[in-house]
Amino acid sequence: MGRLRRSMLYVPGNNPGMIRDAHIYGSDAIMFDLEDSVSLNEKDAARLLVYEALRTCDFGRTEVVVRVNGLHTPYGRADFEAMVRAMPDAIRLPKTETPEDVMEADQLITQIEKENGIELGTIKLMAAVESALGVINAYKIAKASSRLIGIAIGAEDFVTDLKTTRSPDGIELLAARSQILFAARAAGIDALDTVFSDVNDEEGFIREVRLIKQLGFDGKSLINPRQINILHHIYAPTEEEIQKSIRVIEAAKEAEKRGTGVISMDGKMVDKPIIERAYRVLELADAVYRESMEEVWQ
Amino acid sequence: MFNRVGRNIPEEIFGLGAIPLFDSNGLVKNTQRSKDRLKNSDRNKILDSIETAIRETGLKDGMTISFHHHFRNGDYIINMVLNVISRMGIKDLVLAPSSLSGIHAPLIHHIKRGVIRRIETSGLRGELADAISNGLMDIPIVINSHGGRARAITSGELPIDVAFLGVPSCDPAGNANGYARDNSAVAECGSLGYAKVDAQHAKKVVLITDHLVEYPNTPFAIPESQVDYIVVVDSIGDPKGIMSGATRFTKNPKDLLIAQNVAEVIAASGYFIDGFSLQTGSGGASLAATRFLREKMIERNIKASFALGGITGQIVALHEEGLIKRLLDVQGFDLKADESLKNNRFHQQIDAEYYASPDNPGSAVNQLDITVLSALEVDLDFNVNVITGSDGVIRGASGGHCDSAAGAACSIIVAPLIRGRMPTILDRVHTVVTPGCSVDVLVTDQGIGVNPRRQDLYHNLKKANLPVLSIEALKAKANQIVGIPEPIKVEDKIVGVVKYRDGSVIDVIHQVKKES
Repeated sequence: MGRLRRSMLYVPGNNPGMIRDAHIYGSDAIMFDLEDSVSLNEKDAARLLVYEALRTCDFGRTEVVVRVNGLHTPYGRADFEAMVRAMPDAIRLPKTETPEDVMEADQLITQIEKENGIELGTIKLMAAVESALGVINAYKIAKASSRLIGIAIGAEDFVTDLKTTRSPDGIELLAARSQILFAARAAGIDALDTVFSDVNDEEGFIREVRLIKQLGFDGKSLINPRQINILHHIYAPTEEEIQKSIRVIEAAKEAEKRGTGVISMDGKMVDKPIIERAYRVLELADAVYRESMEEVWQ
Repeated sequence: MFNRVGRNIPEEIFGLGAIPLFDSNGLVKNTQRSKDRLKNSDRNKILDSIETAIRETGLKDGMTISFHHHFRNGDYIINMVLNVISRMGIKDLVLAPSSLSGIHAPLIHHIKRGVIRRIETSGLRGELADAISNGLMDIPIVINSHGGRARAITSGELPIDVAFLGVPSCDPAGNANGYARDNSAVAECGSLGYAKVDAQHAKKVVLITDHLVEYPNTPFAIPESQVDYIVVVDSIGDPKGIMSGATRFTKNPKDLLIAQNVAEVIAASGYFIDGFSLQTGSGGASLAATRFLREKMIERNIKASFALGGITGQIVALHEEGLIKRLLDVQGFDLKADESLKNNRFHQQIDAEYYASPDNPGSAVNQLDITVLSALEVDLDFNVNVITGSDGVIRGASGGHCDSAAGAACSIIVAPLIRGRMPTILDRVHTVVTPGCSVDVLVTDQGIGVNPRRQDLYHNLKKANLPVLSIEALKAKANQIVGIPEPIKVEDKIVGVVKYRDGSVIDVIHQVKKES
């Protein structure tokens, strides 16, 4: 199983205290933001701060992502120049609309990697889609670079583009979420959901996490550490699911030994997709429960 | 010999000797209605002003006066009384309150004028603390723990000449309480645990109240037998500064993370069995720890026998849920605790001596399994500083810290690994309040340190897969990010003496370096 990307904690790139502490809350990834959470007059300071943080701090096993400013803004190029050198795990492109956006970033990263003697392909990419055009192009975007490890939806800009607003049940996002998910699965990369902005609405957050998990998303961006455990809890397989999966796999192995093709368990047919799902549950369970706190922290 | 009721009594009774004979001339019956009685009798201790009360107590230059700190930052009493004392020209006093807060900045003026010569307290904050840290006083202040102060007062080491005790309700005979049963008191503080020691041992006791109630003011924290005078004033304190409605659980994610780790440590410590006992401080993380502990108690069907110390609404809630059987309350932290003390007979008010005096082998801290305490600094020897900040300035209180740490079978210190730009773990803390030999575990947001003396705990926590690191490794982790702070520069002059609970000096506080 690949790397878990259930939770990605947003950290404003201009807040030293938050940058320093972001990794201690146990999210799978942290994302230092140089884009929308940093005001124009702090762009340079934030870039420098995140650069120094990446070179100084040990964030343990947490995947470290930096959201840069787009290459069409006055800050994008400088962000790439600094961040590739600071070597986070991945760079996240905001407001991606076309595969060319990704390719352009890919080429720039390649060039900087070359200049600095960094092994080519080290720095991964994530692309955030935040417009109708981006959603339409989702599959092409997802296939545009071998550096891509995930495609994400950014809801706030997207609903504005759609001329609507976010609703509690998220109906306005359903088509886009589905499209992103298809693109990710077809391209074999991760699908990552948008933030839930009302930190104090725990119930609403839980509803949304259940929804996106059911849709098939690998994870979600978060804006507060308090959301991490809630999300992990929802993503963790239940004891019942684990037990059932173990039985499915045992039954499948048994059938294989006896050479029977179709298996039945509790009177229900168990076929290949069910067996695959069972393996996935066990892999997730293994990842979740094996991660003792010690490993997260060291 | 016949006595006044005509009984024949021998002059001497075998084995008992001579006993005075009953003489009814000595009996003068008061036939007034009970309502009028107290007003006219000598049990009416109400005087017309603080000045009169001070005069009646015979307060003289050089004597020791005391106050309690149950009104925290809402206290009007200390400033009120010192203003009158100052006007009356009395000087050279020893001021020995159970603690001081930011509201007591006007004391600076009295110190400068020579009204106060020396201070003994548990802690101090704000302008007064700044001024003293910068060398305001000639004689160093003495910092006592709550248990240490109770010991010093009861043993006669710190004799109190006059105690001025603000009380939220009081009857004309002097039965006083930290609340009014009918909720009619404006300022309530719940338990009067620290004041009780002063009432019992001061040579003269003056109660100051803004809420005179009918006799008898039961149940009472301070009985009339300990009270000499009563003064009624307009207001004894600002309710907002005294206590909040309900101490809220913190939303600070780092505090919550520490709290979660604390609950894990408690659960794995070996002390988490049915009938265990605990004390938690009022700091964000230690308070929140009760929430996570609650889940574990329910999960494992474990109930605590008692909770001790400063009581909060959260602890009360656990008690009401049946998870903590009894409450021992030396100090209430919020109105929920106050309400519970009023209405629940199993919520017991205790005094500071019962709570923590080292001279009292039965003191409640000695019955503790677990205590959770916060820290400003911790060092590699597990010594804890809760009194001076990273600039060397006094900004805290000794409180019950060292008492509880010494008494509890397992003392847990909680602190973020880094505060602002400062690491919490140092080679040496600036000021030792609680010695490392009484500290067992340090819980931070980024790992847990166990005192090497406690191999048993180390193994228990390791076995539970908790992130136990050496304290050196924890320190290095912080230093990697924020570096090693410059040592605090100090002058030669000593401005404070920190006493351990047994009265010995555990550390001194130097004047902070003047900026040149």
